[in-house]
Amino acid sequence: MRSPLLRKFRILFASVVFIGFFIVFADFKSIIPVKYLNILLYLQFVPSALKYFDLRSMVSIGFIAVILLTLLSGRTYCSFLCPLGIGQDLFSRIGGRIRRKFRRYGFKKPHTIIRYALLAATLIVTMIWGLYLITLLDPYSIFGRFMTYFGKPAVIVINNFIAGILHKFDIYTLDHITIKGFKLLAYSVPAAFFLLIGSMSLAKGRLYCNMICPVGTLLGMVSKISVLRININESKCTRCGRCSLGCKSSCIDFLQPHVDVSRCVGCFNCINNCTEKAISFGFVKLKKKSETPHDVDTDKRKFIAGTLLLMLGLPQLLRGQDKKTPIPKKESTVKENKTSPVCPPGAGSVSDFNKECTACSLCITICPNKVLQPAWLDYGVAGMMQPVMNYHKGFCAYNCTKCTDVCPTYALRPLALEAKKLTQLGKANFIKDNCIVKTEKTACGACSEACPTKAVYMIPYEGNLLIPETNAEICIGCGHCEFACPVVPYKAIYVDGNPVHLAAKKPVNVQSDKPVPSEFPF
Amino acid sequence: MKRRDFLKTSAGAGLAAGAALSLGGYDKLWNTEHALSKYDMVALMGGEPDAMFDLGIQELGGMGTFVHKGQKVLIKPNIGWDVIPELAANTNPLLVRRIIEHCFKAGAKEVYVFDHTCDNWVNCYKTSGIEKAAKSAGAKVVPGNSESYYHEVEIPGGVKLKSAKVHELLLETDVFINVPVLKDHDSTRMTCSLKNMMGVVWDRQYWHSNDLNQCIADYALFEKKPVLNVVDCYNVMVKHGPQGVSKEDVVQMKSQIIAADWVAADAAAAKMLGVETERIEYIAIAHKMGLGNMKLDTLNIKRIKM
Repeated sequence: MRSPLLRKFRILFASVVFIGFFIVFADFKSIIPVKYLNILLYLQFVPSALKYFDLRSMVSIGFIAVILLTLLSGRTYCSFLCPLGIGQDLFSRIGGRIRRKFRRYGFKKPHTIIRYALLAATLIVTMIWGLYLITLLDPYSIFGRFMTYFGKPAVIVINNFIAGILHKFDIYTLDHITIKGFKLLAYSVPAAFFLLIGSMSLAKGRLYCNMICPVGTLLGMVSKISVLRININESKCTRCGRCSLGCKSSCIDFLQPHVDVSRCVGCFNCINNCTEKAISFGFVKLKKKSETPHDVDTDKRKFIAGTLLLMLGLPQLLRGQDKKTPIPKKESTVKENKTSPVCPPGAGSVSDFNKECTACSLCITICPNKVLQPAWLDYGVAGMMQPVMNYHKGFCAYNCTKCTDVCPTYALRPLALEAKKLTQLGKANFIKDNCIVKTEKTACGACSEACPTKAVYMIPYEGNLLIPETNAEICIGCGHCEFACPVVPYKAIYVDGNPVHLAAKKPVNVQSDKPVPSEFPF
Repeated sequence: MKRRDFLKTSAGAGLAAGAALSLGGYDKLWNTEHALSKYDMVALMGGEPDAMFDLGIQELGGMGTFVHKGQKVLIKPNIGWDVIPELAANTNPLLVRRIIEHCFKAGAKEVYVFDHTCDNWVNCYKTSGIEKAAKSAGAKVVPGNSESYYHEVEIPGGVKLKSAKVHELLLETDVFINVPVLKDHDSTRMTCSLKNMMGVVWDRQYWHSNDLNQCIADYALFEKKPVLNVVDCYNVMVKHGPQGVSKEDVVQMKSQIIAADWVAADAAAAKMLGVETERIEYIAIAHKMGLGNMKLDTLNIKRIKM
């Protein structure tokens, strides 16, 4: 096949996938039902593979489908299904706009040692220690983090701008959304990767995919025996090099002529570039250099400087919107004694969770209450960027199982709502010496008010006052009490995580014996 | 409270009220011919929420007494919790809808509904059934989840609460109707009309940490007062309030209290709940500050059993 429609089809398909992923991660109104979300996630290589090894069931064989697809047609996955790959193509296009030279790639030798070393390191580290390198390098997770840390906030800023205008006209279809920034340090890794991948793709096409990405390298190995690939008809080829200039993977050595299938992502640009119709996509035919000039490029530097500013500025900007709670007259004195971080529902235990999460941040972006925050060192180095429950930012909604519904790696296992309501993530601890009722001798009860199970309840205190007390048995560790407690800097009630989630007892409730009034009592 | 303190407070409140009037709030404060109504309060029992309101508002001279043609109306129910209507943590949606319908019938140009919820607002609006009910009656259901909607106002004469950030709709609308649901509350013992105002302000944590009862009473000094308080006592959460755990917390009282004076409405509601009014401190404080009358025996109450 050498139809120019191949490339058009690739662009169309990739656009649909990319827009799908973009919407999934930027869906701040929770419009997309989880089942549609799972269709997109099904074919993501790393999450699907992890889920498979965790579950060992046929529910998640998306990654096997991807391997079969690669055996058939090479690294189609990279061009058609990988959101990070498609995003890079978008960047390359923008790069071409900024400077035409960016779009003239030419043949480059493969970074063989680097890419195989990284793949080997990833596999070894994963098998022996855990997911550190996968978390860092899985393209889907990287994309997820870009969207969660930068993409969605940017979308919300736009939403708020439009909402502000509509608002002037008394229209409330769009609502203003308060953006809660993450811990500043949490931005460091995604920001570094954004700069790295952004600048690489801007000028060098798919360099990241062919040098660093372990999924790319792995699929590259598989594609060496693929059935369908790009073929160059030597008799027709005039060695003009147009194909090579248009090759994002820099994998066409037109002088031979030869295509390095381990790097070809099947974008079909070369087919369209070839004026001699010498290039086609079809069954494998067995057989077997140009350098672009190099000079200083001020536009590129400007772009990088601009991106750098934006990356550094955005978190600050977002954090600025994070409003502080008013400070009561006296500051609390007793420090909370948190012995374990609280990991999300469905995690089972902190150690299991740390082993299975790739920090794609889908749960973080989808959590309606923003209680899931990227960890810095909460879990130790092992769990950097993995979601951790932060009860100063939000609380876990009693009637919600969203994070467990969407998790593509099964680090968070699906929980039925009734089961989730009895899953104890941690236990509430009351610090009487910090409590308003004791320190100020005034009523408060914010914690008890917030508690959905009445694990926090009020008992008589001095005079007419009531003071909280906790019942650990029915506490599920949702953190609403901690979130609601108005005391600063240390809360008077806090949730200490269960390293292994426990089953909470179901709250027992008896019918009120208050009589139904038959006469007005006044 | 000592007599001297009381005098000081009353003087302060008086001055503040005077100041508020001189600042031009006069029309908004007393744009109410409802003072002409025979009754200070209408209490109903035995009907459905909407039918009781129909009858009650008729006794007060119809909605036209409170809402005039072309006016913008704010209705503030309690939508605080992500809980279904049967559990009575939120105002009954039927009642909300009927009040909106009456407003439009009286010629209201626009009716708005919002609450600053405790649980996730999108879920609260949906699960409570109030969003659907209000929209079906033609009201605008407005978010209250972002600080950008709130504006700082002075609370002249407030003892603890001297200023608050209130939702812009409270300031922009002409008529304000407060539609609380009567519930047990675990620290103030009852939540009703006065406490419902915690849902029109942004920073309620401040209230919690600065003498909750005093702050609730202080807020009632703010110039934009409700023309009506419609207290939903249809299903009443008598324990584990204000959120409730399960249906065992609810007693079906099939009642409703309508009054312009929120202190009076709360005093009557306390009787319904079976709590001594004196134990609900903010009612006593608000009464002493001259913000309403908790002495029910001095009021002209119309009692209707259906």
